[in-house]
Amino acid sequence: MDSRRVPRTVSDPKVRQVGFFAPAAPLDRSESGPPAPTSSSPPVSDVSPSGNSLSPVMIPPPRHLSTDLSRHFPLGPPISPLRVARAADTSIPVGSYNPSEFLTPTATTEFSEDPLSPRWGRRGSSGKFATSLPAGGFNMALAKQKNAVNLPPDGGSNVEVQKEQRAVTGKPLKEKTTKAERRALQEAQRAAKAAAKGEGSKTGASGVNTANSNTGKPVKAVSQKKDSSSVAASEKKGGDRQPDKDRKKDVPHPRMQFDDANRVEKAKKRSVVKQTEAKNRVELFRHLPQYEHGTQLPELESKFFQLDTVHPAVYKVGLRYLAGDISGGNARCIAMLQAFQESIKDYSTPPEKSLIRDLTTKINGYVSFLIECRPLSISMGNAIRFLKTRIAQLPLNLSESEAKVHLISDIDRFISEKIILADKVIVKHAVTKIRDGDVLLTYASSSAVEMMLLHAHELGKHFRVVIVDSRPKLEGQKLLRRLVGKGIHCTYTHINAVSYIMHEVSRVFLGASSVLSNGTVYSRVGTACVAMVAHQFHVPVLICCEAYKFHERVQLDSICSNELGDPDVISKVSGRKEINTLDGWANSENLQLLNLMYDATPSDYVSMIITDYGMIPPTSVPVIVREYRREHLWI
Amino acid sequence: MWYRSASFILDKQQQQQNDTVTNPESRPPSSASTAMAAENPNANISMYYQTRAAHHGVVTNDWLAQAQAAVGGHPDDSVSDNYVSGSEEENIRYSVVDEFNNWRKQPELAEAVAAIRALASVIRSSQATTMMELEIELKKASDALKSWDTTSISLTAGCDLFMRYVTRTSALEYEDFNSAKSRLLERAEKFGEISYKARRIIAMLSQDFIFDGCTILVHGFSRVVLEVLRTAAQNKKLFRVLCTEGRPDRTGLRLSNELAKLDIPVKLLIDSAVAYSMDEVDMVFVGADGVVESGGIINMMGTYQIALVAKSMNKPVYVAAESYKFARLYPLDQKDMVPALRPIDFGVPIPSKVEVETSARDYTPPQYLTLLFTDLGVLTPSVVSDELIQLYL
Repeated sequence: MDSRRVPRTVSDPKVRQVGFFAPAAPLDRSESGPPAPTSSSPPVSDVSPSGNSLSPVMIPPPRHLSTDLSRHFPLGPPISPLRVARAADTSIPVGSYNPSEFLTPTATTEFSEDPLSPRWGRRGSSGKFATSLPAGGFNMALAKQKNAVNLPPDGGSNVEVQKEQRAVTGKPLKEKTTKAERRALQEAQRAAKAAAKGEGSKTGASGVNTANSNTGKPVKAVSQKKDSSSVAASEKKGGDRQPDKDRKKDVPHPRMQFDDANRVEKAKKRSVVKQTEAKNRVELFRHLPQYEHGTQLPELESKFFQLDTVHPAVYKVGLRYLAGDISGGNARCIAMLQAFQESIKDYSTPPEKSLIRDLTTKINGYVSFLIECRPLSISMGNAIRFLKTRIAQLPLNLSESEAKVHLISDIDRFISEKIILADKVIVKHAVTKIRDGDVLLTYASSSAVEMMLLHAHELGKHFRVVIVDSRPKLEGQKLLRRLVGKGIHCTYTHINAVSYIMHEVSRVFLGASSVLSNGTVYSRVGTACVAMVAHQFHVPVLICCEAYKFHERVQLDSICSNELGDPDVISKVSGRKEINTLDGWANSENLQLLNLMYDATPSDYVSMIITDYGMIPPTSVPVIVREYRREHLWI
Repeated sequence: MWYRSASFILDKQQQQQNDTVTNPESRPPSSASTAMAAENPNANISMYYQTRAAHHGVVTNDWLAQAQAAVGGHPDDSVSDNYVSGSEEENIRYSVVDEFNNWRKQPELAEAVAAIRALASVIRSSQATTMMELEIELKKASDALKSWDTTSISLTAGCDLFMRYVTRTSALEYEDFNSAKSRLLERAEKFGEISYKARRIIAMLSQDFIFDGCTILVHGFSRVVLEVLRTAAQNKKLFRVLCTEGRPDRTGLRLSNELAKLDIPVKLLIDSAVAYSMDEVDMVFVGADGVVESGGIINMMGTYQIALVAKSMNKPVYVAAESYKFARLYPLDQKDMVPALRPIDFGVPIPSKVEVETSARDYTPPQYLTLLFTDLGVLTPSVVSDELIQLYL
């Protein structure tokens, strides 16, 4: 068999069979254990979003499986004993499982320290999410494993275990019991943890530290330094270990649910930015953060010179997010990356710490600060993921200055290749779709669309632009100003008139904050409306979006993940007293103001997505995500 | 993409019925009629349609006579292969376009396959001494072929795919130039072989979809569709075919002629009777000039309206297309394509003030297609982009 794409196929063996399936492949997989069988139930493990390097759509070829496993498990524990340990631990002596694979001290400490610690320190919540996600299952498995390992190895036979395992895997019932068990154990651990926390953050780590042999010290140091709360510290630790828990990398992190009073309280305690919550929130959107805007800025500015945890460059960027100075996916992402560059330049590894871990912790801290200022966009999430992967992959023998130079140049390359060059390619593609005499409609302001329009104008194409805008941001006005300044013939209207103006339009070009795996376009609120009207009028809708903004998440509505803006701006018009009829009504219980920032456009309304990989139909977004995820992360 | 070709289905079949496979090659050639090309020596007509006209133009009496006479006298494929390679050795500076035209004369050979074979012969006859030189030479040859007819999608796509398939290989890392070159040649020939077999593969794949007693609507003359129907007839399936007339070059007449020869019940419709007869149709079968990135197809004028009618009556629309027709194009609407023009004979003189739409093909968006039968397997329209991305990026 000739492999056409040699480098990729070699590094990532996979067989996607179209049309004819050898029925053996999936069977084989479930029998010999996919690389992620540590999560308890097979269905879950199938769904669990690409914890390791195999993405869910790929079917690992049976014949490569052995090599595959050895690649993913450098420590080489056969999967089967884990299952036994989990499922049948009451009946068999679990300790008989030979723990030699786990003898590496880092591994043991890792398993024993804090099985609940989430991988990303940046999201506000601690352990609770574990119940609702496959990640929880994984953690529990680890916890179990730890138990197994900690028992004195009495030299039992592996053969017996293997035999047991056969029997166990045949049993469909076991997952139920394990789930219950898992939950019970988890509750217990959570309780223990809460108790420990109650005793005090410094002593709290003692129980944990019994198992710590090597890394105990740094952990303690961290928790002492950040004496605000131990939760934060332990979270940061979770972030540290990210390279080891490679498989968990892509599990979507549960977002902070802001209707959960407990956790909001907790999150507030350690936040730098003291946001005041808006009072009357719309029922469906209570899970999203909504703050009174404009109150905290002066206070934060005064704090500028007494920062300890946040680098000034990052702080500055955060404040600009907060004030709304930087907006637009690319601009925000570039600003963030440049701030990180600054902070890396000024970074020096504290004694007795490794750069990889400590820097990741630092970055996590910055990220959670930035989230407090304004929720991250998906593109920023991808950029952060990229940076963290780069940090984690730094060769250990690199000196500090070399490592820093590496990282800084990596960030530079990300900015230039994934954002700036990508935009150029997009412009090049998009221009081919503009003919003389076209009327192009765009909504709000997208940097890619603007560049494309300007470029088409430079090429001497004759076209007219309709800019559709909406309150409260009126972003289109700035775009209008720039386009008219270049001599492009423009029409400006508000979204209310979109159904009127659409009949004269021949193309709709829209930007996007992100494109999700099912082809859903997540963009400025109002985009979906424009796209639907265009679809109804049989006008093609073209989305210009860089591929680094693609995300493997699937979203069906704009409710579960969104951003709420300042509700005041939609109820007030500054400087126009006579039409501010809602003045003073903001606190009325019967009034709920909803200022959504984004919405989701279903892929049915999108004719084409123009990315740096060419023009693709929305159904091909998962293909790009699948084929280029590695490239995005590691360039 | 090619290494996953479903050609094994063909190999399996070959063991069972050798005669079936050899049959198509010994069929009468139809290149005899050059009536259309002779009638319209118009520079306005795209080359693609001139070729098509030459290969399967209007059914004329002399065509029938010549077809009858030519039975059995058709050169076998391997023979012509030898002939060409022999001439190659004599005349190294043989232009790739001439080579291509040479291949193109065989009506059974698709344009893209002819191009692929011509390009393979470029490698064979190349006197380049480095890989780079060879690649540049190949590039020039493929550009020459592409510019020979810019309107043919399958020609362009075939050349591009050939370049991808042949040059994207670890063979280029060989230290020895000659072994690398022979590896390239091997791949080129394999590619040619796969492309040549594609039609048979598609015919085999589509058999599961044709059931006894069904009525199939076909549009235009597609060699793949003909192959599909022929195979079905040979498999003793009982079905009926409705054939559109296929104005202006009346390709439907020719197809119905071919089908009648196979004893398939066939009924001719004028193009405007599609909606009228759609209720008795069970499936629509069309070929494609090109399959574009969205998963839609570009095909002979009239395909789009048939697909629309079929969609509104919930009839499946199946497209039979070889994978060398997959092109990196993405038309947004009907006008967003390289126009391919074709003269239309209305039988009466048209006043000069009346404008005539001479576009020869239209674009059918993916939402109106049910499945694509390709040599890569039976695909939904959205997989096309997947394959193209894998191949080109």
